[in-house]
Amino acid sequence: MLCIKNGMVVDGILAVPYKADILIDKGKVINIGKDIENTADEVIDAAGKWVLPGLVDAHCHLREPGFEYKEDIGSGTRSAAAGGFTSVACMANTNPVVDSAAMVNYIKSIAMAKGVVKVYPIAAVTKGQKGEELTEMGELKEAGAVALSDDGRPIMNSHLMRLALQYAKGLDMLIISHCEDLSLVGDGVMNEGYMSTVLGLKGITRAAEEVMVARDIILAETLDAPIHIAHVSTRGSVELIRQAKRRGVRVTCETAPHYFSATDAWVDGYDANAKVNPPLRTDDDVEAIKQGLKDGTIDIIATDHAPHHRDDKEVEYGLAANGISGFETAFSLAYTNLVETGILSMVELVQKMSKGPADILNIDAGTIGVGKPADIIVVDLDREYTVDVSKFYSKGKNSPFHGHTLKGKVIHTIVDGRIVMKDERVIV
Amino acid sequence: MALKRKDLLGLRGLTREEIEEILTTAEKMKSILLSDVKKVSHLQGKSMVTLFYENSTRTRFSFEFAAKYLGAHTASVAVSSSSVAKGESLIDTGKTIQSMGVDVIVIRHPMSGAPHLLAKHVLASVINAGDGINEHPTQALLDMFTMKQKKGAIDGLKVAIIGDILHSRVARSNIWGLTTMGAEVRVAGPPTLMPPDIEKMGAKVFYRVEEAIRGADVVMGLRLQRERQQKGLLPSLREYMHLFGITEERIRLAKKDALIMHPGPVNRGVEISSDLVDGAQSVINEQVTNGVAIRMALLYLLTRRNHDAVH
Ligand SMILES: [Zn+2]
Repeated sequence: MLCIKNGMVVDGILAVPYKADILIDKGKVINIGKDIENTADEVIDAAGKWVLPGLVDAHCHLREPGFEYKEDIGSGTRSAAAGGFTSVACMANTNPVVDSAAMVNYIKSIAMAKGVVKVYPIAAVTKGQKGEELTEMGELKEAGAVALSDDGRPIMNSHLMRLALQYAKGLDMLIISHCEDLSLVGDGVMNEGYMSTVLGLKGITRAAEEVMVARDIILAETLDAPIHIAHVSTRGSVELIRQAKRRGVRVTCETAPHYFSATDAWVDGYDANAKVNPPLRTDDDVEAIKQGLKDGTIDIIATDHAPHHRDDKEVEYGLAANGISGFETAFSLAYTNLVETGILSMVELVQKMSKGPADILNIDAGTIGVGKPADIIVVDLDREYTVDVSKFYSKGKNSPFHGHTLKGKVIHTIVDGRIVMKDERVIV
Repeated sequence: MALKRKDLLGLRGLTREEIEEILTTAEKMKSILLSDVKKVSHLQGKSMVTLFYENSTRTRFSFEFAAKYLGAHTASVAVSSSSVAKGESLIDTGKTIQSMGVDVIVIRHPMSGAPHLLAKHVLASVINAGDGINEHPTQALLDMFTMKQKKGAIDGLKVAIIGDILHSRVARSNIWGLTTMGAEVRVAGPPTLMPPDIEKMGAKVFYRVEEAIRGADVVMGLRLQRERQQKGLLPSLREYMHLFGITEERIRLAKKDALIMHPGPVNRGVEISSDLVDGAQSVINEQVTNGVAIRMALLYLLTRRNHDAVH
């Protein structure tokens, strides 16, 4: 038995935080209440700290199989645990691509053997993510894929995207769309605007994202099918989704912490750690993303954790790989830039990072409740610290937030009642 | 007399004082260059390598002559652009060159920011000889040097830069440098070849070339790469010349004694008429001479800095 005592609890269900003890046995929460009498063999003193449902990430890249030099399921899930994530959904753009039931089972078995947190595979929409033929979505679902996505690449063919939405709807499967019109991206490498002009880097127009967000909304609307838009980064995308939601389109979306924490000005000096896809945008977009999170247009925050080896980053900006190692800064960035600034309450933050993603993925996670799996984190909201990538559990040290001071830190992470991170140290 | 910085990566961020220092030094260097015995010992015992990932015989020669006139050792490394992504990493190449005792690395590279990356990883001074579509600072300095020599001062000059501004590292460096020095910079070209928000860099944007040229002290043409048409950014080179070409008729709108400049190599009859290239107002050949003087000045100022720093 494990007891978390005296913490301020946000349970993902009630609209207000409350002070309580949480008693855990055999992987489940068995009691929540004030001053629980217990004979727990382990007690976590959470006085002055907050106790939240473990974070759920609907979008990450664990790189295994194929790119183990960047990350593997062992290192990636340790990194997730360090960041407070107890469930993560990993994208299918591995090598080979997760586009068959066998590959879904493979990911699950590796995760079972090496994973520190729960891993939910997302499978590809098209075979080999080539954008040509649909995958066997029914079999993928039976094997345990929680959603479908060709993330990393857009599905450029609108007809194929329509078929995918239609077919997946019949199976009750969610398609997560990476929106990027490649003909508009061209050879762009950063957001198009003043900074691309100043730095002499080819720009990517915001229209590259927005055109495809608009297309996908229209396709989903005409089919009355659900769709989830990945990594929303522009004001225009937020507005398109806001309008669509008003019309009743079954659209949900996510943004990533870097889209409300950084701008294209961070590319100055040709810092490849600020290279990500979609690219960092402008202050105006950051404002719109925050507004979208506040008014509910943006349902959830996902990390888009994209670890890379330094060899893929310490090159000419145009050649550098896209992506930010995101697990270990996500909570702090969200707390510092959204909660401290009064945009979201802690209850709303839990909705964006735990309950909301669990609901979108339809997995049993995201709340603290009696009988529920004991996926719980303890966070210290007063803790200020400087991000140091050399301390990351992830193999990917690629973060533009290195050296930045953030507030709010995950201290303990508990998965199925088992402490996987204690006092900021991953212990499994 | 020395620059305080290790590298010359661009004119963005250079102060007016620094630019003046370079231009003043170039005047002295030009007199060496024009003398009978072009050999001094300012850079004796120093070495310079040109590391070129793009072909540019004229820029490479200009640096090599500049170094040799000052008594430095030189060597050149040519790497094909196609091997940028596949070959040895830029950082490794730079460190190898540095390990041979090189003081200055002059780099030309097809990707913007490559010199900045190199400069971060080597102790040698790095001079940007053109990176992608970002900057070509020594070209802009020689342009400004030419303007200063011909017009006496740069402050207050109206400089019209015409053509493919989007892909022009020469335009970008000139905008940074000229606005710092107090000139009025006008840019004109097809909207598909105009970078966004360039006004915020201090340039005035025109889509009618006549308006940009009217009353100008300097009219600068830029090389138009034929691939821009192939990529669909332009309907045809013929229409480009018709709408944006620098012609005798249009030059009449500029000041009578306006200078005609071009970084070369010129596409005669595409961006500028052949007669203007060879005409009395053209200073295109003098730009080449001044290029050597500017590079001598920079090599001198940057190696002096190293000298001061080490000892
Ligand atoms: Zn994506």
